[in-house]
Amino acid sequence: MSATENQMTGAEIVLQALRDNGVQHIFGYPGGAVLPIYDEIFQQEDIQHILVRHEQGAGHAAEGYARSTGKVGVMLVTSGPGATNAVTPLQDALMDSIPLVCLTGQVPTSLIGSDAFQECDTVGITRPCTKHNWLVKDVNDLARVIHEAFRVAQSGRPGPVVVDIPKDIQFATGTYVAPSATSTRHAYEPKVQGDLARIKEAVELMQGARRPVIYSGGGVVNSGPEASHLLRELVELTGFPITSTLMGLGAYPASGKSWLGMLGMHGTYEANMAMHDCDVMVCIGARFDDRITGRLNAFSPNSKKIHIDIDPSSINKNVRVDIPILGDVGRVLEDMVRLWRATSKQAGKEHLADWWTSIARWRARNSLAYKPHDDVIMPQYAIQRLYELAKHRDTYITTEVGQHQMWAAQFFGFEQPNRWMTSGGLGTMGYGLPAALGVQIAHPDALVIDIAGDASIQMCIQEMSAAIQHDAPIKIFILNNQYMGMVRQWQQLLHGNRLSNSYTEAMPDFVKLAEAYGAVGLRCEKPGDLDGAIEEMISVKKPVIFDCRVANLANCFPMIPSGKAHNEMLLPDEATDEVVANAIDAKGRQLV
Amino acid sequence: MNAHLQPTGSAYFIAAETQVAESHTLSVLVDNEPGVLARVIGLFSGRGYNIESLTVSETEHQAHLSRITIVTSGTPHVMEQIKAQLERIVPVHRVVDLTVRAKDLGHERPLERELALVKVSGTGDHRVEALRLADAFRASVIDANTEHFVFEITGKVSKIDQFIAIMKPLGLIEVCRTGIAAMNRGPQGM
Repeated sequence: MSATENQMTGAEIVLQALRDNGVQHIFGYPGGAVLPIYDEIFQQEDIQHILVRHEQGAGHAAEGYARSTGKVGVMLVTSGPGATNAVTPLQDALMDSIPLVCLTGQVPTSLIGSDAFQECDTVGITRPCTKHNWLVKDVNDLARVIHEAFRVAQSGRPGPVVVDIPKDIQFATGTYVAPSATSTRHAYEPKVQGDLARIKEAVELMQGARRPVIYSGGGVVNSGPEASHLLRELVELTGFPITSTLMGLGAYPASGKSWLGMLGMHGTYEANMAMHDCDVMVCIGARFDDRITGRLNAFSPNSKKIHIDIDPSSINKNVRVDIPILGDVGRVLEDMVRLWRATSKQAGKEHLADWWTSIARWRARNSLAYKPHDDVIMPQYAIQRLYELAKHRDTYITTEVGQHQMWAAQFFGFEQPNRWMTSGGLGTMGYGLPAALGVQIAHPDALVIDIAGDASIQMCIQEMSAAIQHDAPIKIFILNNQYMGMVRQWQQLLHGNRLSNSYTEAMPDFVKLAEAYGAVGLRCEKPGDLDGAIEEMISVKKPVIFDCRVANLANCFPMIPSGKAHNEMLLPDEATDEVVANAIDAKGRQLV
Repeated sequence: MNAHLQPTGSAYFIAAETQVAESHTLSVLVDNEPGVLARVIGLFSGRGYNIESLTVSETEHQAHLSRITIVTSGTPHVMEQIKAQLERIVPVHRVVDLTVRAKDLGHERPLERELALVKVSGTGDHRVEALRLADAFRASVIDANTEHFVFEITGKVSKIDQFIAIMKPLGLIEVCRTGIAAMNRGPQGM
């Protein structure tokens, strides 16, 4: 390329840089400070722009896109309110380690600091909610910065980045450099290869284990399909039981024989008891979150702990571990599997027989049990039916946040990674609908279902309009119990059943709402009608809002109550809705 | 089995801290680029760490590198976290806990020095006494007229604290301190 060919306007550089980083779709919303970029988008066809209805929707859609493909999600928003509306998905992506590049417009450089129209300190506001961010003040830096942004977003522990581009930079002419011609940054070199001596030490510890457990997380999914494959191989080789965090579901198949179910606050009894009683814990790409550990000083008191993570700050943050292994999960598992094969003399797994017997005993408690009903749809039953009718299809699930999210995690079996998109760390209500849009854009022929609650769904409902516009036939499956169910559950447990503001008195008619958007609305109120209605939802080739009326007062169990340990779970058979409500109500009166 | 469990009043599990906090001096080598100081300070405020002293300056102009010296305090766990969190910041090249490193090298503490400008105003005996004490502390006079002195003093934090305390009754007007500059003894770099 000659020097003149390399000369482009800032807006052209943005599009060229996106193209060169393999971008095919961007999610965005136009505004004054990004109009030059939108003008370039208009004049090309390589990159498809998905117009959303709110910048938060753009962010979550990009997250869903990223999580379901393993690629970087890209969003484009204007200055000021465009950027501030992007803050929630940026923090969401930061906490769940989702690679996201957010391009924001900014007022012209000469106006920065003058409180100009739609000005905000975007890099200042987004500094704590991004992995890194840049304000580009010279058009000749623009290409390099965008390439660097993509590299930072997807390498190491993935995360969101922001590139703030003033409007005059978008108009100015400068030199374009290709990603290959851009020198990498000296300071930022994440360590991916694990320390072999440590891995050897870990394998020796694992070989001596009598009560081992593997606790895997979202890091396995982030590391790529090969990591999930290696995880399955490791489980097969070792015969160890495996549990996973909310973010890690699907890395090991739910139908696998070593699967204990999810762990943590609403995890299964067998998973949490195994964590508590184990002698060796192998944590793979998870971060000992407070929803996982329960009371820290009672967390798995008698185990040696191995922790594989790419982020040094995740190691020894909440829980002290005995063998930390810093590196990419996939790379470390590769070494681990190889060393296990080379050194393991034990062909059989008899030494784990007692441990599996204990697990079978815990499993027999049937901690996910619920009382089925003939005339009211139990929310758990709704998820089970949805799973049965969707499992043989090419299905992707997103969720909002609350009870429905936990029931989805408990009752929908995930067989593959990248099929489960949920807001784990930040717990963002409103995530699921736009995330489903993003997933559907990436996988146009797949069945994409947002399992939602009646409260959460209203937080980003406007994206139904975007789904219609872009022919994205997403299915919104609302477990409608008329409450903010998880808020109500906590109020019942902790606040004497005083249900302050957790009942939605003016619920929209979701069927009519769907129709208003040009989507299909379905309602189901009887268990007997559920299968037919779900099948109808799946067969419709348009976006659907499914208003599934479920038992209003069902609560999510099992549960580790606050301040309790893994072996102090509240199980459903001893904590029926009535018992809990009454017991806590009496206690609550004393506490007042 | 566990239905008797009492809920506590919080959704979070808060464990009591059992370790003792101690003061550490950190050296942080960063790319000298806009916003880098804000990233470091934001990390400290956002995660609830203390900053007792902060000194920043470009140290290698050609390489665009700045060195940030931070005195902070925390338990050993917290210090480990601070270091790991700092290293996560993209423009951060290296983080060295000089206090830990000094111990590894067999020293009690790293070399830590501070500079202060101290303005004292007064006449008569107070003035004479201030000058005499400044001499004893090896402070130099960098500005003066018949009614005031501005002293420049360098040394350990404790020495400067003491000098300022002594100057208080002698007509102390204002003080400006640079914060600590620190490195370890011996031929090795950070």
